[in-house]
Amino acid sequence: MKLKKYYFEDVKLFRTTAGLIWSLLLLTLLIALPFFVKTYYLSILNLMALNVIVALGLNMLVGNTGLISLGHAGFVAIGAYVTAFLLQFGLPFILALIVAGLIAALIGALLGLPSLRLEGPYLTIATLGFGLAVMVIIGRMDIFGGRMGMTVPKINLGWTGLKYDNALYYVFLAVTVLMIIFAHNLLKSRIGRAFQAVRDSDVAASVVGVNLTYYKTLSFAISAFFAGIAGSLWALYLQFVTPGTFSFMMSILFLATIVLGGLGSVTGSILGGILMTLLSIQLDKIVEVPVLGTLIKGFSDTFMNPSGIANIKWVLTGLILIAVILFEPLGLNGIWLRVKRYWRLWPF
Amino acid sequence: MIAQLLINALVAGSIYALMALAMSIIYKASEIPNFGQGEMAMFSTYITFVLLNSLGWSFLPALAGTLIFAFLLGVIFEFVFIRRAKEPTLLGFIIITLGFQMVLYGLAGWKWGSDQRTFSLPFSESEVVLRTDSLVLTEHNLASILIAILVMVGLYLLLQHTKLGLAMKASQQNVKAARFNGIPTNRILGISFGISSVVGAIAGILVAPISTLDPTMMWDPLLKGFAAAVLGGMKSLPGVVVGGLLLGLIENLFGFYISVEFKSVVAFTIIILVLFVKPSGLFEKHYVRKV
Repeated sequence: MKLKKYYFEDVKLFRTTAGLIWSLLLLTLLIALPFFVKTYYLSILNLMALNVIVALGLNMLVGNTGLISLGHAGFVAIGAYVTAFLLQFGLPFILALIVAGLIAALIGALLGLPSLRLEGPYLTIATLGFGLAVMVIIGRMDIFGGRMGMTVPKINLGWTGLKYDNALYYVFLAVTVLMIIFAHNLLKSRIGRAFQAVRDSDVAASVVGVNLTYYKTLSFAISAFFAGIAGSLWALYLQFVTPGTFSFMMSILFLATIVLGGLGSVTGSILGGILMTLLSIQLDKIVEVPVLGTLIKGFSDTFMNPSGIANIKWVLTGLILIAVILFEPLGLNGIWLRVKRYWRLWPF
Repeated sequence: MIAQLLINALVAGSIYALMALAMSIIYKASEIPNFGQGEMAMFSTYITFVLLNSLGWSFLPALAGTLIFAFLLGVIFEFVFIRRAKEPTLLGFIIITLGFQMVLYGLAGWKWGSDQRTFSLPFSESEVVLRTDSLVLTEHNLASILIAILVMVGLYLLLQHTKLGLAMKASQQNVKAARFNGIPTNRILGISFGISSVVGAIAGILVAPISTLDPTMMWDPLLKGFAAAVLGGMKSLPGVVVGGLLLGLIENLFGFYISVEFKSVVAFTIIILVLFVKPSGLFEKHYVRKV
């Protein structure tokens, strides 16, 4: 077995050449994709990118630092509204994106301050209250269009010489890749280690010299930064933002995403973001599945209300969440690790 | 006018206090913040509706049926989901309760969600019991307050003066020691979930006439009840009742004197402020965890 001899080997972005090659291949495939597939599939990929970015940030907070947030939709909303607001004045998108992320991060840091003293349900209620408060406050502000919401202008992507949808896809792809690399590197640095020390035991961490105030606040800020960036892209994706979009349910689904993917790992966030998007799209169409669909339809017509069949999405999502916790607490990442370990030793 | 405000505050506070009690009973027993509480209450309320309207039962048998259903729902939830968790963490439990919440929300929406329902009880919101110049007391107001008091007294008697209450207290304090003394701690936990679900269902029945009967009806009461429980300090039952009443009072006073629009936000702001000063709520001593 090859052992690591230098610190540098541990913090490398790719541990193996194979990993690097596969990643590059995947990236090439993703770049080439707009030339093969329909715009509809690109928009699904965009949605996946959004979920992945939020999941990366939330996972850093929940999975790595061990602080539970039920208000992340609030940060996404802040990112989306800041972007929509700035784009109205014709600011370049890249600037709006960064400002959205930074404002979300600032508010995240403020919300992080109570986390120094609160734990468990007390912190949960504080974040939950934050998520609700953001939506109520935005819904009352006239510069943000109040309850009616506001239109997001299309950004100028004409200089790329591509169709708008394709160009937008590349923007999403670029931002997502950057954020993945950022998260990956951050978690391998001193900061990431400090986060994990705080999660495992904050008292012990402070004894060995981890500044709890600094790192807990930082974790909230970085996590909110990711959500803000995602929110910024979300505004572009929807082209119209209303307070109702960023509801309490959205925060729950974000939490569900990282639990499904696997807590405390970048791979988990990515897998979770992808699978959750697919689930939310596919579950809407479950009635069209050959055998199962007919069974469900029959059940629905006999015992339930046929017009409410869309709600089956919630039932199944809930059951999947519970099943993940009961049977595979590490989520998809746990399965992935097991498969990898199995093949490494294969055929023994 | 102030009398009317106080009545409104008391009614809202009673409902919050009931939800807070429901959260707190489970939290005391297992340290799980049960986010499924609201949907469990909502589902039970729909059962009342079905018994009353579709099956044509009269109110008291329907109520009894609902409470039995709610008790079983809580017990089953504990037995089927909570007990199966292998390496339970706080987040794991929160996810399980959120998942259960989604399941119930989906089922209710699937079965009943698409229609508007009118929910009539023997105590209606339109019948006035007492009317003076500055005060209108409806049947529903009076019933809410009385029923809340009844539930609280009942809980007090159950927890302080029965063997079951003693067993619950013992298993909260030290599960192992309780088991050594022959207390079936698992069963006690299940019963705690059942009792909590019953308390929640009563809150649901009180909420339905003043709100609309739909799958989202308990979101607000749940969050407020949770907030009230946190305000009072999750583990102290008298504390969460005071927390609930306080929350109702703050909300109504703020809504009347300052701004109705931000009424629902102020509750959370105050809670965050309170938690800054007293991180374990108003009525609980803050223990710093030892390594």
